[in-house]
Amino acid sequence: MARYWNEKIETMDYESMKALQSERLVAQVKHVYENVEYYKKLMDEKGVAPEDIKGVDDLHKLPFLSKADLRDAYPYGLLAKPLSECVRIQSTSGTTGKRVVAFYTQNDVDMWEDCVARAITAAGGTKDDVCQVAYGYGLFTGGAGLHGGSHKVGCLTLPMSSGNTERQIQFMMDLNATILCCTPSYAAYIGETVAEMGISPDDLTLKAGIFGAEPWTEEMRKSIEKSLGIKAYDIYGLTETSGPGVAFECECQTGMHINEDNFIAEIIDPDTGEVLPEGSKGELVFTSITKEAFPLLRYRTRDICVLTREKCKCGRTLVKMCKPMGRSDDMLIIKGVNVFPSQIETVLLKDFGATPNYQIVVDRVGTTDTFEIKVELSDGMFDDTIKSIEALEKKLSADIVQILGIKAKISLVEPKSIPRSEGKAVRVIDKRKLV
Amino acid sequence: MTVKQLSVFAQNKPGRLSALTGILAQNGVNIRAISVADTKDFGILRLIVSDIDKAKQSLKDDAVVTETSVLAVIAEDKPGGMARMMDTLYKANISVEYMYSAFLNPSESNACLILRVDNNEEAVSALTEGGFKLLSQEDMAKI
Repeated sequence: MARYWNEKIETMDYESMKALQSERLVAQVKHVYENVEYYKKLMDEKGVAPEDIKGVDDLHKLPFLSKADLRDAYPYGLLAKPLSECVRIQSTSGTTGKRVVAFYTQNDVDMWEDCVARAITAAGGTKDDVCQVAYGYGLFTGGAGLHGGSHKVGCLTLPMSSGNTERQIQFMMDLNATILCCTPSYAAYIGETVAEMGISPDDLTLKAGIFGAEPWTEEMRKSIEKSLGIKAYDIYGLTETSGPGVAFECECQTGMHINEDNFIAEIIDPDTGEVLPEGSKGELVFTSITKEAFPLLRYRTRDICVLTREKCKCGRTLVKMCKPMGRSDDMLIIKGVNVFPSQIETVLLKDFGATPNYQIVVDRVGTTDTFEIKVELSDGMFDDTIKSIEALEKKLSADIVQILGIKAKISLVEPKSIPRSEGKAVRVIDKRKLV
Repeated sequence: MTVKQLSVFAQNKPGRLSALTGILAQNGVNIRAISVADTKDFGILRLIVSDIDKAKQSLKDDAVVTETSVLAVIAEDKPGGMARMMDTLYKANISVEYMYSAFLNPSESNACLILRVDNNEEAVSALTEGGFKLLSQEDMAKI
């Protein structure tokens, strides 16, 4: 069994990797400067010219990009190739305002799938495996990414998409699936359903799972591994850079190797933007050095993380990132969906004509996230009948589904029942212990 | 002729009714009629009180309160008294959203019902024509 998908890259010594990154970075900066007016302007404003970037050590001179830039430049402002050369669009969930639309040339898709192929190989996958992809298909990068990577490796690919759990298990058993790819919470749910159906993990042919797109804990890993009789591997990525496969776990399960021949990772102080030394905790920033259509330079992920170059027993020399330890903004990941409190404010404003006091309460019961929005009623929002209050709850609930794609329990509560600290309402209570 | 009712939104939690009625007690407000409509998560406390302005003022910092016009109608306290009232409203094509009864002196031989209907004006004329007595805000404060 091959241990690596691309041994040369995955075990390259640091100096050679740095040289490769430098060469690619120089070319990428030139490509972006010449083709992306939006970024050229940022560089000009900062007084940086493409010639100033001679290698990785000059990376810090470049301006950052953030989600706000993606919003400003929506949809084509950061595109670096003519649309006629693009073959794919993927997108994140969320409102129009927060939506990220990423473009891919065929080379970009190949690079992405190659990254995922490394992840599948690291999880022990070969062309003899049956890979069940139970991530959602569609605009979401989860389904498309693992699907493509599975093809690349040559696995027999089962494009199940998410949902219909009993059918998932039926196919898993009838077609002898060996690798399961989905969100960790869905994997946990499949595990619970397997047990409920009276099936023992020994009856399954699964050997590995590749799970990502949302935070999960070591406890969750152990419980999934036990319930499905597998080894569970983490995978990391974001639509802005490509999708899952930006980083992946090896058999050591001690962090995710970043595919740094394609993505240069930096850790910065989220307040000052200063680059922090290896081993520091800070915000993760990615520079795509091989992407053609949507090449983001110094993109701030808002994920708080630590990088390490400590020697990994698997033999890979690729830098490792820990599981994201939090966010430097107020984004929540609920049931795998990115949720910003501002999106909920938008709905409240629309339905009430003003923003009432509200609070988002997130918890995890068993392995499933619960999502509740408490809204303080105020005079004028209440007209004496139960049906009007229930209609209001229903309307809010429907509008939340519309905007986020997931359901929230709406609880209308009395004034002043949402606790305030120093007069300021606490908007988010996340009871999940994920770090 | 209508009377003003206070509706208070209350979450289902222990001590809520005690707290709300306690506020009214402290402010010397007498409750003339009361009902609680409940769901799993919240309830609506509906009240006819002796002094509506004072009641509103005293509750406003602690609760969401709304004022609604309802009818206070006297029904004969005997079999068929209620049925005749409902029949009168039905024939006038008026829908009753909810109703409850008010506190009365035990010596009274009549019952007083509080009704929320979809059309106060038409209900008042239908009931008056039907021979029913309606109480005013002042009457309610007195009973």
